[in-house]
Amino acid sequence: MNGNHALRNGILWGLGFALMIAALYMVFVYVPTEKHTGIIQRIFYFHVPVAWVSFLAFFVTFIGSILYLWKRQEKWDAVACASAEVGVVFTTLVLITGPIWAKPVWGIWWTWDARLTTSLVLWLIYVAYLLVRSLATEPEKGARYGAVIGIVGFIDVPVVFLTVNLWRTQHPTTIIFEGGLTTPMLMTLMVCIAAFTVLYVLLVIRSAGLKTMEAEIRRLRIMKAE
Amino acid sequence: MNKAFTKIFVIFWKDMLMEFRTREIIISVLVFALLVLVIFSFAFGTGIDVTEMTAPGILWVALTFGGVIGLSRTFAVEKENSRLEGLMLCPVDRAVIYWGKLAGSFTFMLAVAVVVTPIFLALFNLPIFLPRLALVIVLALTGFAAVGTLFSALAVNTRARDIMLPILFLPVVVPVIVSAVKATAPVLAGAPWGDMLTWLQIMIAFDIIYLVAATLVFEFVVEE
Repeated sequence: MNGNHALRNGILWGLGFALMIAALYMVFVYVPTEKHTGIIQRIFYFHVPVAWVSFLAFFVTFIGSILYLWKRQEKWDAVACASAEVGVVFTTLVLITGPIWAKPVWGIWWTWDARLTTSLVLWLIYVAYLLVRSLATEPEKGARYGAVIGIVGFIDVPVVFLTVNLWRTQHPTTIIFEGGLTTPMLMTLMVCIAAFTVLYVLLVIRSAGLKTMEAEIRRLRIMKAE
Repeated sequence: MNKAFTKIFVIFWKDMLMEFRTREIIISVLVFALLVLVIFSFAFGTGIDVTEMTAPGILWVALTFGGVIGLSRTFAVEKENSRLEGLMLCPVDRAVIYWGKLAGSFTFMLAVAVVVTPIFLALFNLPIFLPRLALVIVLALTGFAAVGTLFSALAVNTRARDIMLPILFLPVVVPVIVSAVKATAPVLAGAPWGDMLTWLQIMIAFDIIYLVAATLVFEFVVEE
């Protein structure tokens, strides 16, 4: 790792740390409690950024997969795979924080609403992605198969969403865009989104770096064996 | 273009011949799908009020699970005796192999559906002759075959190959399953076309998207 990388990582860590502290402060101290749903609404400031990051992560996996199949450079596969891993973790968090909010507000843990169902289906697709990668007979095959699933799985998202949306829907959609949020709430949300996005970038850089090193070790082992 | 069709047909016909001689796939899938029908009928009960709610779902569970079993066989048989390598040595485009295998999978699933569906309709005391249901079945099975052929080729090269295909296949075909069930309900109830139109459109869109996407990425799955 050269000096530029170290500097970039240092800045990212510093920025991420500062944003995360700011986000925690804003969520728990600064932002006023919402009138109708009460204290539980604060989970929204984690739920929305985490959901945003999981979609971003799978989009990055999609792009990384295309670039890998096209250019055949390992770095793209490392990015795609790292992003899928982070995406699965974040989608899991979405699926946990959602019901915690839904139980007191809607009175139910789960409903087969378009966003909920799409998140669940996405989670299942990318868990399968990670499974295929770990069960492939060779790492190179795993990378190729992963890329194919990363592409084919992602184009399913709009279709699943459309289908389930016609099927049934209940999620609060328009609050953010119809000005239902007061300025402090919106600011808190923005800071939280920024904090989680930086966290995502950091995690992907770390994980992709690790994968590149693993590939390097495999290569060295093969060279030594020969 | 005409040549490509001939090549696709040759690969398709190879699978048909193999099936005529061994009868490995269709019979076993058929028995399995019928069992699913029977088990689900026991699980949900068969009163008239219950049937209306559950019948479309039961049919599609049977066709989906039967389909997965059939799809996993289409490439598993190629894995034996390195037949897949032989297939790859054919001087044809990889997309041609995909379409050939797809045509085979589709035909197997259709053959199963042609037997299972009338039995299902009879078991649930529904009208037997439903041409609109045939349309729903063809559209849904096209989607199954488009996605399933791609993933089947992928799953045979992983370690847990038997379980890998359903894990990959089922979440991706969720839109097809939802639409097929939703389009089957009005057919069974004798409702007008309008009630099923949206769902047919979704299935057509899904079929086109996945036929194109899978044709494009198939070569990356089978390359050595």
